[in-house]
Amino acid sequence: MAIGIKDRAAVIGMGCTKFGERYDRNLEDLMIEAIDEGLEDAGIEFNDIDAFWFGTFTSGMAGLAFSNRMKSHYKPVTRLENMCCTGLDSFRNACYSVVAGAYDVVMTIGAEKLKDGGYSGLEVPAEDSDRTLPDLTAPSRFAFVAPAYAHKYGLDMQQMKEVMARIAWKNHKNGALNPKAQYRAEVPMDSILKSPIISSPLGVMDCSGVSDGAACAIITRTEDAKKYRKDPMYVKGIQIAAGPGHSEKHQSYDFTTAFETYYAGQAAYREAGITHPRTQISLAEVHDCFTPTELIIYEDLQFSERGQGWKDAMDGFFDLDGGLPVNPDGGLKSFGHPIGASGIRMLYESWLQFHGRAGKRQLENPQIGLAQNLGGQPYSCVVGVGIVGNELG
Amino acid sequence: MVGIIGFGAYVPFNRLNRAHIKDTFGAPVPKGEKAVANYDEDSITMGAMAALDCSAHLDSKSIDAVYFATTTAPYKEKQSAATIAGVLDTRLDIRTADFCDSLRAGSSAILAGVDAAMQDLNTMVVAGECRLGYSAGPYENHFGDGAAAFLIGNKHVIAEYIDSCSISADFHDLWRADNERFVHSWEERFCISQGYNQFISDSVQGVLKKTGLSPGDFSKIVLYGITPRHQGQIAAKLGFSSAQIQDSLYNQVGNTGTANAPMMLAAALEEAKPNDYILLVSYGEGSDAIVFKVSDEIDHFFPACGLKGYIENKKVTMNYGKYLRWRELIETEPAKRPVQKRSSLPDMYRNRKKNLGFYGVCCNNCGTVQFPPSRICIECRTIDQMEDYRLYGKPARVATFTVDYLAESLDPPTIVAVVDFEGGGRLICYLVDCDPDEVKVGMEVKMSFRHIFTVDSIRTYFWKAVPKL
Repeated sequence: MAIGIKDRAAVIGMGCTKFGERYDRNLEDLMIEAIDEGLEDAGIEFNDIDAFWFGTFTSGMAGLAFSNRMKSHYKPVTRLENMCCTGLDSFRNACYSVVAGAYDVVMTIGAEKLKDGGYSGLEVPAEDSDRTLPDLTAPSRFAFVAPAYAHKYGLDMQQMKEVMARIAWKNHKNGALNPKAQYRAEVPMDSILKSPIISSPLGVMDCSGVSDGAACAIITRTEDAKKYRKDPMYVKGIQIAAGPGHSEKHQSYDFTTAFETYYAGQAAYREAGITHPRTQISLAEVHDCFTPTELIIYEDLQFSERGQGWKDAMDGFFDLDGGLPVNPDGGLKSFGHPIGASGIRMLYESWLQFHGRAGKRQLENPQIGLAQNLGGQPYSCVVGVGIVGNELG
Repeated sequence: MVGIIGFGAYVPFNRLNRAHIKDTFGAPVPKGEKAVANYDEDSITMGAMAALDCSAHLDSKSIDAVYFATTTAPYKEKQSAATIAGVLDTRLDIRTADFCDSLRAGSSAILAGVDAAMQDLNTMVVAGECRLGYSAGPYENHFGDGAAAFLIGNKHVIAEYIDSCSISADFHDLWRADNERFVHSWEERFCISQGYNQFISDSVQGVLKKTGLSPGDFSKIVLYGITPRHQGQIAAKLGFSSAQIQDSLYNQVGNTGTANAPMMLAAALEEAKPNDYILLVSYGEGSDAIVFKVSDEIDHFFPACGLKGYIENKKVTMNYGKYLRWRELIETEPAKRPVQKRSSLPDMYRNRKKNLGFYGVCCNNCGTVQFPPSRICIECRTIDQMEDYRLYGKPARVATFTVDYLAESLDPPTIVAVVDFEGGGRLICYLVDCDPDEVKVGMEVKMSFRHIFTVDSIRTYFWKAVPKL
């Protein structure tokens, strides 16, 4: 009977590049930048690593995209892709390999070079098909949520825009304190509200950045972790949920939830023993690709009651100094979103916070961090939820 | 008795006020509006919509042949009629044929349908057209886009075929070579005096002689004319009064080439009464004159929307720049978006019932309607209990929507809607022929067959939503 991996895998080092328009760096540069930081942090050499999980959405095929660049000498490299959930799922698979006893020290690295594509938004590699169904832009896929949420909970669209703007405002405020963030400036509410419409009602300031970047984590079994450092970060639970596409085909779905987030959250809470997320979690890094996404995540992860997330957002409950800081590092909105790297970047914030290295956004005595990573769209996605802590038990 | 069993038409939603052409080039233009196919419409999609307009209350499985007439077939090699047959959801053991290259192709197809009816076959005859005149030239003013469709057979005939007279001559007045987009013409005096007036007179007089009818016996003469002036002159000369002349649609739609006389015939049938005689006269390398006599059955047939309905449903705000863009007559800045990949033809073929007939499936175990078809039920996960379920024609409403300014389009912004069908089934699709400010949650929509994109000259067709009239 499966018992989960709570407290059985531990992170002993992490690295993360500055995210953004890194026109002067290629994928190799970005990976070296993240890996150097991670190795130094863990106090080990590259050759000490037994196996690699390389997560990328579009920046290279196969483990070779990693091994050719990093010269990892015939060691195992798995290339993993799970849309925008790539990073966290890559981390999950790496954890399993050490818990299973297959390897002692492994690395997961997510890396993405989006700004070499020359496009606005994302290029999605697609299977061959008849291509009759609309290939919607990412913002339009998430825009459906805003009017549906407003309608269901009795907000007028102006109120809804203010809730969305409040989320963007918070994440930019947090990101302004983060030297690695793509956008390091606070943005006034008024500018967010007046930003040009991309896909109604989403304005450009409701959308996350398109970025280059890489992030990595070095993982061992818990019993070995103290060999490397006294203060490792323990994996409490990590689960993913891949949706059946029910929501986009069935009229019962009302566009105010992503069931995948709910299911992945429930599974991760069970594994980690979290019973009251709103109070037990110290910080959460969630997939704020668009502002309404963050709003429904509050409710799907039970940070807020259904229909109450918008009030909590307006009350500042998710601010840096609120009851449950969400996206203290700026989130996708401000830190940027190099697809494969994002899930690992989310864990990196817990890593910094646990070690007191979060600078001006340092929280007081954080103990449990959560990362929620979503690939796809609210009505059909794959979602990962990872929970980490700085103590065993 | 053989003849017309049903009729339908289609006129694109968007109309260009000809004054915009004058604003652009300065020269005087005729009054009125021309119907302009949307950027995602062509002669096939308009023809398919006209055929659906005709067949809404008919059994599509009773159709034995589909003929499509046009001079603007999207492909030179690849039949259009087979696509329209797929949209109509006909049987597979039917005849399909395209009638191309002549403005007379519409009446040729009708005559072929009449011949087939004599052999007991029901033929859907469709004519659709989307021609281009050179910018700033007279034909750009004249031309409009549209389609008409007729089911021809020998049961429940609403307009009996009486007789016809065809004239054929290798007369060269208008032409378009196989690598050209725009219509050329010889000087007008030659075209009219030696061609149009001559052949119309010959065919009309021929059919009058064959039938023993005289001009006064007809309630309407449905006479193709390059412009109303040409039409009026020859009709008068042949002895028809102006009240008998069926309006050429020039002011509301424009000259729709091959589809013009058929669309006028649909308009005439909308107003026809039992025992009316209608004379259909086409033109192009000769002329076909066909006499129909309206029967009592006319009172029992109604197209779904009809020519009149489509003409009234319009938007006249487009300017000349938009027309140029939709017809890709100017090169516009490409979107900074990834290149569209072509459709997989094997997948398109496997999914033909979904793509053309607009079929989903319904689970026999739990009754959930779902689209696109799949073997495993989204609701109860039962496998292989699916039954084909046609969503086309089901009432549908917008569940939620967004107006997307980022998506690449020849007519931005793009409206994307979640469409829920009565009885079950949901589709996320584009909403077109709709003002972005007019979209509302709960608004009623219907499905329209459209050209989605072309890559490697493979044209991909599928369905979009449009507001219900």
